[in-house]
Amino acid sequence: MSDRDLYRELYQEVILDHSKKPRNFRKIEGADRQAVGYNPLCGDRLTLFLDVEDGIVKDASFQGSGCAISTASASMMTEVVKGKSVGDAEKLFDQFRGMVTASPDEAIDTEGLGKLQVFSGVREFPARVKCASLAWHTVHAALQGQNEASTE
Amino acid sequence: MMTVQTISVKSSTLDVSRIRNDFPILSRTVRGKPLVYLDNANTSQKPRAVIDALTDYYENYNSNIHRATHLLSEKATEAYEGARLKVQRFVNAASKKEIVFTRGCTEGINLVANSWGRTFLKEGDEVIISWMEHHSNIVPWQLVCEATGAKLRVIPINERGELLLDEYARLLNGRTKFVSIIHVSNAMGTVNPVREIVSMAHKRGIPVLVDGAQAVPHMTVDVQEIGCDFYAFSSHKMFGPTGTGALYGRAELLEKMPPFLGGGDMIRSVTFEKTSYNTLPYKFEAGTPNIADAIGFGVAVDFLESVGLDRVAAYESELLEYGAQKLSEIDGLTMIGTAEHKASVLSFVLDGIHPHDIGTLLDREGIAVRTGQHCCQPVMDRYGITATTRASLAFYNTREEIDALAAGVRKIIEVLG
Repeated sequence: MSDRDLYRELYQEVILDHSKKPRNFRKIEGADRQAVGYNPLCGDRLTLFLDVEDGIVKDASFQGSGCAISTASASMMTEVVKGKSVGDAEKLFDQFRGMVTASPDEAIDTEGLGKLQVFSGVREFPARVKCASLAWHTVHAALQGQNEASTE
Repeated sequence: MMTVQTISVKSSTLDVSRIRNDFPILSRTVRGKPLVYLDNANTSQKPRAVIDALTDYYENYNSNIHRATHLLSEKATEAYEGARLKVQRFVNAASKKEIVFTRGCTEGINLVANSWGRTFLKEGDEVIISWMEHHSNIVPWQLVCEATGAKLRVIPINERGELLLDEYARLLNGRTKFVSIIHVSNAMGTVNPVREIVSMAHKRGIPVLVDGAQAVPHMTVDVQEIGCDFYAFSSHKMFGPTGTGALYGRAELLEKMPPFLGGGDMIRSVTFEKTSYNTLPYKFEAGTPNIADAIGFGVAVDFLESVGLDRVAAYESELLEYGAQKLSEIDGLTMIGTAEHKASVLSFVLDGIHPHDIGTLLDREGIAVRTGQHCCQPVMDRYGITATTRASLAFYNTREEIDALAAGVRKIIEVLG
């Protein structure tokens, strides 16, 4: 794949759209779970809010600032985890992490990832993997009842 | 396959196209485009002569120095000590005793902070640094202040990224024992008035270290003229190999300082009852040094001197002004660091666009810059920003490359804005 195509892969329409108009970009007042994700290398920071009832994620939202990749990833993550059981959300975390850390020519298990597959392009940009996975490390921390996540 | 670039620039001060031909890496492509290397503050590229010096050393006369009595060792010692003399002349140190080879600027500062600082600083003493220091000129002092009970005082900077000298004057008091200051800011390009800073400290008998890592590639540095007590710099920022650098220290001070690292070469004699130390500068050079790269460092000095640092400074000053102008024309771009006197650095932020994305998309165009906090978190905090995008110039950069940077930035604003 040419280098131009690689960049188009990473900054494709869906990601640009989510980064410019992030979904669920709000606070949940009185959320049961809250976690802060921070990437000390570049200053990306996000606060995640979750409402979990009977083991199901009823609502998810986030606030914070970061690069286009981390914002788009957080936006899509909040859309995708809503309505999932905690167990299924955790499975998605593992799969997403597996996808973005695989080497570019490795075959990846995309079953269940759905539109999150748009981030598979980040494998070609190792410096940006942490941007894409910050939101997922943060939701994992929140689901585990922890308050902080870091990419380090 | 290498692409040969046609450069039409010929400044009255420098023949840039001829200089570019001396740097093999500058003719490569990145992502299918000609490399536009604007990350010189991070590390500089190397001329063929420096690269060849390393190969020549390992192929023809590699040997340990100061130790053996055979020909190869003699040749290696001569080349290594010859490099020391080159560095001495480069910064106009009074004697070769005053040039200690280090691993780089960071190690040089650590040497002074530990060897001078831990010996002479006491509880209640004060060390002055500034808000624009690189972490290498902050952390060693924090560590030594913690160990000795001394306090760190910090000179503030204004909106343009300039030191407030009247605040510095206010900070200098009876408890001040040391001043450590950056010559040229790597994050903003500010050139500090080091002569004046040194002179103000010396009126009170206070020694001064100057961090010259970002100065030596861009201007003539004369340590006697500046008057500083210590001057630290790295080879890899000034077109020499990584892993080597030098600390200039006035002999009078170095004599009084205990060794930094202990081991072979820095001793005169060793018994379990007593060990005596070697003379300057060897007292501060323990173990087998980075011989090959010190020799390469000397060749980089030769190269720079053949180009002429005053001509380098003049050329870069024009180029920097051109760059600042082209970037300021871009809507939504704010320059960070607009001091009256600057060198090499064009640091900026774009409204609503994160430096990480800028870096990745510029990379697509073959353009190398640095994005992030540049090991200067306090500067970032001072301006309330999380990170900047930094282009940093050297004498082999051209107006065409600045144009490519500006075009790249405009394209990013189209895509992400």
